[in-house]
Amino acid sequence: MIHPGRGFACINYPIGMNLGGDPSQALVHSTPDGKFMVTLSSIDLGQGVKSVMRQIAAESLGVPVSDVYVDTADSDTGPHDMGSFASRGTHRMGNAVIRAATEARYQMMEAAADELEVNATDLVTDGKGNIHVKGSPSRSITVEETAQAAQFRQGRTLAGRGIFLVPFSPVDAETGEMTPVSSFAHAAMIVDLTVDDETGEVEVTQINSAYEVGRALNPRLVEQQLIGGAWMGVSHALYETTEPYYPDRAHGPEDFNHYLMPGPGDTAPHHISILERPAPDAPFGGKGPGEMCANPVLPAVANAVYNAVGVRCDTLPITPEKILRGIRANGGARPQGRPG
Amino acid sequence: MNQPINHVEYRKDLFADERDDVLAEVGQPTIRQDILGHVTGRSPYYDDHLFDGLLHIRCVRSPHHHARIRSVDSVAAERMPGVVRLIRASDIPVNMNTLLSLIEFGRDDEPLLATDKVAYRGQPLLAIIATSPRAAEDAAAAVRVDYEVLPHVLDVEEALAPGAPSVNEEYPNNSFDYHERYDHQKLRFGDVEAAFRRADHIVEANYQMAPIEQAPIETGGAIAAPETNDRIVCYTGTQALFFSVGVTAKQLDMSSSRLHFIGGTVGGGFGGKVDSHHEPLAVLGALLTGRAVKYQWDRAEEMQVSAPRSAERWRIKDGVMRDGSIIARQFTGFFDAGAYTRLTSYGVQKCTGHLPGPYTIPNVASNAFCVFTNRTPATAMRGFGITGVDFAIECHMDKVAEQVGMDPIELRILNAYRDGDMKAHRRSAKNCALIEATQVVASKSGWRLSPDALAASSMVGGGIGWRGEIPETSTDTAGEIGQRRRDGHAPDPYAGATARGTVAAGYSDPNATSALGNAPQDTEMEPEAERLGFKTGAAAPPAMPPVATSAAPRPAVPGLTRDRDQTAPTMHPDAGSSEPYRPMTRGPTLPSAAQPSAAVPGQARDDLHTGQPSGQTSPTAPAAPGTSAQTRASEETEPMRPGPRRPGVSGFLRGRRR
Repeated sequence: MIHPGRGFACINYPIGMNLGGDPSQALVHSTPDGKFMVTLSSIDLGQGVKSVMRQIAAESLGVPVSDVYVDTADSDTGPHDMGSFASRGTHRMGNAVIRAATEARYQMMEAAADELEVNATDLVTDGKGNIHVKGSPSRSITVEETAQAAQFRQGRTLAGRGIFLVPFSPVDAETGEMTPVSSFAHAAMIVDLTVDDETGEVEVTQINSAYEVGRALNPRLVEQQLIGGAWMGVSHALYETTEPYYPDRAHGPEDFNHYLMPGPGDTAPHHISILERPAPDAPFGGKGPGEMCANPVLPAVANAVYNAVGVRCDTLPITPEKILRGIRANGGARPQGRPG
Repeated sequence: MNQPINHVEYRKDLFADERDDVLAEVGQPTIRQDILGHVTGRSPYYDDHLFDGLLHIRCVRSPHHHARIRSVDSVAAERMPGVVRLIRASDIPVNMNTLLSLIEFGRDDEPLLATDKVAYRGQPLLAIIATSPRAAEDAAAAVRVDYEVLPHVLDVEEALAPGAPSVNEEYPNNSFDYHERYDHQKLRFGDVEAAFRRADHIVEANYQMAPIEQAPIETGGAIAAPETNDRIVCYTGTQALFFSVGVTAKQLDMSSSRLHFIGGTVGGGFGGKVDSHHEPLAVLGALLTGRAVKYQWDRAEEMQVSAPRSAERWRIKDGVMRDGSIIARQFTGFFDAGAYTRLTSYGVQKCTGHLPGPYTIPNVASNAFCVFTNRTPATAMRGFGITGVDFAIECHMDKVAEQVGMDPIELRILNAYRDGDMKAHRRSAKNCALIEATQVVASKSGWRLSPDALAASSMVGGGIGWRGEIPETSTDTAGEIGQRRRDGHAPDPYAGATARGTVAAGYSDPNATSALGNAPQDTEMEPEAERLGFKTGAAAPPAMPPVATSAAPRPAVPGLTRDRDQTAPTMHPDAGSSEPYRPMTRGPTLPSAAQPSAAVPGQARDDLHTGQPSGQTSPTAPAAPGTSAQTRASEETEPMRPGPRRPGVSGFLRGRRR
């Protein structure tokens, strides 16, 4: 018999390397034709850090994103960065890029002010590649003209440097007092699934979620993280392990035939709500969504399995074998009734 | 078969008074700059860099969990066709390392190639450089190693027991040394034992996380080749370019300026490519042979030799009142580090700072161990240090809900942390959104909640009275380094204290470093606050005088309230039985966006350091009434910076106007 089950879980997640001490640096400079090169040592693992840094730089400079290029991870040209882990990429490097781009913008506005013979504080960017006098769009100069004037007439660089460092913070031996991180992402999730009490098989049928990410700096990239991350959570809950009989090391899988994951036919519809409560110290408020998105899935699936057949699987992954043994120990499936 | 249709909505109505949605480029679904290269197969990954006469490294690996190496006979292997040379442990200038030596955390405990003994199945002890992977593999198979098999230990709790074989010679007690004092990281907040005694229910359970493979499509590796000017170029799949530069420079005892590392486009990492395991050996191979050398894991190595997510074992014990209030939560955590530290010691501390999860609980204790066992060393993976304990916490919350007969979501909202609440690591919570995320998902899933639960808000009711205070805390000296093995106390983590004590209420280290980032080093790097997407005008909560502490009367707060001294339920004692639910209405029914948080005294704690100069930085500032100096020390202090201070803008963002 197939039993429906519904489970809930909610979590928060610390953004950035836990105790600080992990600097990131960025450099920005203009090319002679008024484009901007952002030089970093971030790693793009597929999460899209290059794209997000490009957008942050464009926003901070006040120029179109198409005029910004990101060159990353060549240790001869890119300044130091701790790395792409601990949900730190967007938070740490994003702040460094804001600073570097802001300094370059300052130089750009000064150069444009010289050309227009006005005060730099009276100038604004239109985000389309022009700089003009506040309230007087006709008194304008393009970013390209500004870059050329700066380089070939004024002898001025349009360049900026940025570093972001959360200083290292110690942990107290007796109480665990610490200053771990400055912002947290949040998630809440309801998983619907079915459990077959003859085979022990679980089929996730629907995921409803709400993720609070500070600000979705690039909505498509956030969505791909959340959809992929939730899939990974299902995989962790029901399938994956390098040691199926942990702590015994026997039967360890060595390829994707034996290392189990849900395939395309096993994906469930996922309805995502994205909330944005900007973190005050994060770039434009954005929190890294990459790591936290899998976390609520594991307990939500476990809670849904219990709701379906009354078996608590407190050891991951929740395999058909564990469910069947639980059902047998209980003398049969014990559906708990639809919650809520 | 399901139709896998995903649907995404943006709840811009929530927290709208904190966001200024006027950004031009940030927030746009801009296509990736490099996507055309990715989808046409032209983006260069490390393995796409081709060299004439590229050599390949394969390692001789231990077949045993734990063994002493008596002798290695590689004569036959060296003579095999295609073999160029061997790399022995003695060829490595600095063979011992620990990853976090770069931030001076922990002692060097792991050899790049094993010398006297192997401590896990798959540990490398000899590297073969040959003209093809096959030739290197065949030669590796021809190496004869004489092992003296040693007793091994694979279970974390058995590893802590007296008499268990020592896995890691640097940490002979099989646990990482914290603060040169304890065999675990402690968290102590309040007095859990006293709270357990007065709790209506005790809920206890054990949880076991599985070891999990990061499973990137691109297996880990690096290609190194001699460059001009006595430098080495290294194309790498690392997740942390300068981590890998630093580790390589250290282990090869060479200036990092001789290393030219190139990466940045990686075929999936998920945490598994932080270990910087390939680069030192590939660079050393290039130095020794003068040729391009690749060291890359095959799939089997990626799955069994590369470091997995640590398997964590958790015990949680909760003290719960009849109304669902959790008044005490005690954790015991065993992180399975495998044979060497890598990053697990750090994961334990990260996890400790996360406890007790996103809930406000007045008494919390945790003992978390980084345990050495004879298995593949664990390392980072997506959710590092958090995924396992979140599984345990959230399963446990459902058990607590069942025990008190309460709806599991209502239980979470009742206990959820809110702005201004004191966390167990002695810092105030801010920027919370757990309640709102929970309400949104319940609403759209048709999971009915009580009006009280629907009216709750992260911005209302936090930090009031005990919620904002650091309680008097009971401490102990259980688990001094080596003590468990000497006295036979293992593995009960709370046993064996030689002294107990208390830390005064409100205590917080006045010298604690700030979690805020450094100030921009130059005013020209300070962005204009209004260009950063935060509401900085009238909608920002004005500065409020700090809330009075325990003496203050409890304000009537809309939504749920909790009182740890109150045994009468404050909400919904019989949820799930006869209590009729009010049906939910769709749409933006949540009060959080509509209710100006400025009216709530609990908000004041957060505004203390943004709204007015704190007593520490300005001697003319009025003393904060009702707030002790000790309590204020737990507030984050700001770095010095120029520019005006505007209420409602974070210290970091506050810049000068141009």
